[in-house]
Amino acid sequence: MNRTLLLAAVLAIAPLGARAQGTDPNLGRMLASNCANCHGTNGASVGGMPSLAGKPRAALLQMLREYRDGKRPATIMHQLAKGYTDAQLEAVSTYLSAQKPN
Amino acid sequence: MTNRRKFLQAGGAVTIGSAVSSILPGCASTPEIRKPVGRVMIIGAGYGGQTAAKYLRLWSAGSIEVMLVDREPTFISCPMSNLVIGGSRTLAEITRSRNRLKEHGVQLLTDEVTAVDHARKMVKFKDRYADMGYDRLIVSPGVDLMYDTLPGMNSADAQSQVLHAWRAGPQTVALRKQIESMPDDGTFVISIPLAPYRCPPGPYERVCQVAHYLKQAKPKARIVVLDANENITSKGPLFRAAWEQLYKGMIDYRPNSEVKDVDVRGKTLKTDFDNVKGDVLNVLPSMRAADIARSTGLINANNRWCSVDWLSMESTAVPGIHVLGDATMSAPAMPKSGHMANQHGKLAAAAIVEIMNGRQPNQEPVLANTCYSFVSDKEVIHVSSVHQYDAKQKTLVAVPGSGGVSAQRSEIEGAYGWAWAQNIWSDMLS
Ligand code: HEC
Repeated sequence: MNRTLLLAAVLAIAPLGARAQGTDPNLGRMLASNCANCHGTNGASVGGMPSLAGKPRAALLQMLREYRDGKRPATIMHQLAKGYTDAQLEAVSTYLSAQKPN
Repeated sequence: MTNRRKFLQAGGAVTIGSAVSSILPGCASTPEIRKPVGRVMIIGAGYGGQTAAKYLRLWSAGSIEVMLVDREPTFISCPMSNLVIGGSRTLAEITRSRNRLKEHGVQLLTDEVTAVDHARKMVKFKDRYADMGYDRLIVSPGVDLMYDTLPGMNSADAQSQVLHAWRAGPQTVALRKQIESMPDDGTFVISIPLAPYRCPPGPYERVCQVAHYLKQAKPKARIVVLDANENITSKGPLFRAAWEQLYKGMIDYRPNSEVKDVDVRGKTLKTDFDNVKGDVLNVLPSMRAADIARSTGLINANNRWCSVDWLSMESTAVPGIHVLGDATMSAPAMPKSGHMANQHGKLAAAAIVEIMNGRQPNQEPVLANTCYSFVSDKEVIHVSSVHQYDAKQKTLVAVPGSGGVSAQRSEIEGAYGWAWAQNIWSDMLS
């Protein structure tokens, strides 16, 4: 199927509300897959990096905002946290807090 | 049917159905995606292909059949392989089984794909398997080395003597042995091609690792770096500081020194200005997307790389085929790294799940990169970046103000660097 046809098909069948403003319905999952390289799949670390899976949403979000604002000591998280919007930090915190720890 | 029978004879235990009607293992329980939606074939089980395989199974809730093909039965990581050359890790420590991918329902095929017929959506194999169909194809082939640009290297004999060790495996160990047998006051010469090439900081990390070994075992030995680039291409000040402070007087770095030919018998590298003789030569030739990408017609950028749509990793040359990793024509400021190939794998997996279910892929993908480099056996430096999709430019763009490099080399990051490897290997493989 070429792209135009695909798009036409999508417009025809997709419930429009789900795609308002083009927001990814899997936003949290997609963002957490950025973190998995270091913190493990769905935030469950195999060791050497902090595990994020199942930590309270508010705690995750606070740490991420502190990294972003340079208020929490870090080797790397201050650089990574600046790459995401506040809404994205919220979405990834929500997703990770709902994951099963190891 | 013939193909299927041949395959079953050759392949033994692997379960297989026709491309659209496979019988699934019991995990497809999510109500919204219950029916099998088709088969994805993945050529190349490295950082890109393995990640795509696992995440396609996870994110399709088992409704997409995934076949992962590689010549090699086990995974040997290129990241961390310089530590084997430096002597602080063994090849076994950077080698991982792919077997746990079977628990996700990934079918592992050890063979080489010799041809892709994209009109018929079929691949041909070299040894074990009969022709096989697919609904979508992922090509994650890595790089091939352009020895045709170095006349003296253009024979199997020359290539067995002057090593690249830029794919981890036997060459990694062989290069280590060459360095071990070097005379005590010998010279190790490494050449670096013009960017872009696989793993921008890799050559400079290798210089550190060779220096780390020589400092202990052969302190009179020297290293010459012939860099075709006008400066160190990644983490320059951090590498220079390590060379200056840890390996003082051992490293002769020469920028703007593109190697044009190699005299293998005379152990000499030739630039436009100079002939540089060494006891061990380590030549990194220019690189391009590997042969299978070329024969499939995927190379459409500078005759070397594969351009993709960054919303899906789908080739801009051949619809229905997604290209991952080092073989892609990189987005601006996006390195050719294992970490990034993993990210490509996830972007492609998410998009393919949507496309195969008749939906539009996510229009706002985000990827991140980090490359940790070991400047000794314990101390590490990193470079990081975050890339968000820009709809106007139709590409991924590094977010201004994000990312950066280590404040200084440290043992703390040494621990994180090794932990990164453990976590990304398990993110791909378990
Ligand atoms: C390249 C590896 C890497 C990536 C990718 C990464 N992190 Fe981190 N993360 C670290 C390291 C290392 C630390 C320890 C703090 C430091 O030195 O920066 C950390 C710490 C954290 C912490 C604090 C945990 C605690 O309990 O103290 C949070 C929260 C966190 N990361 C969230 C994330 C999120 C969310 C992402 C993805 C958007 C992410 N990280 C991506 C390496 C990484």
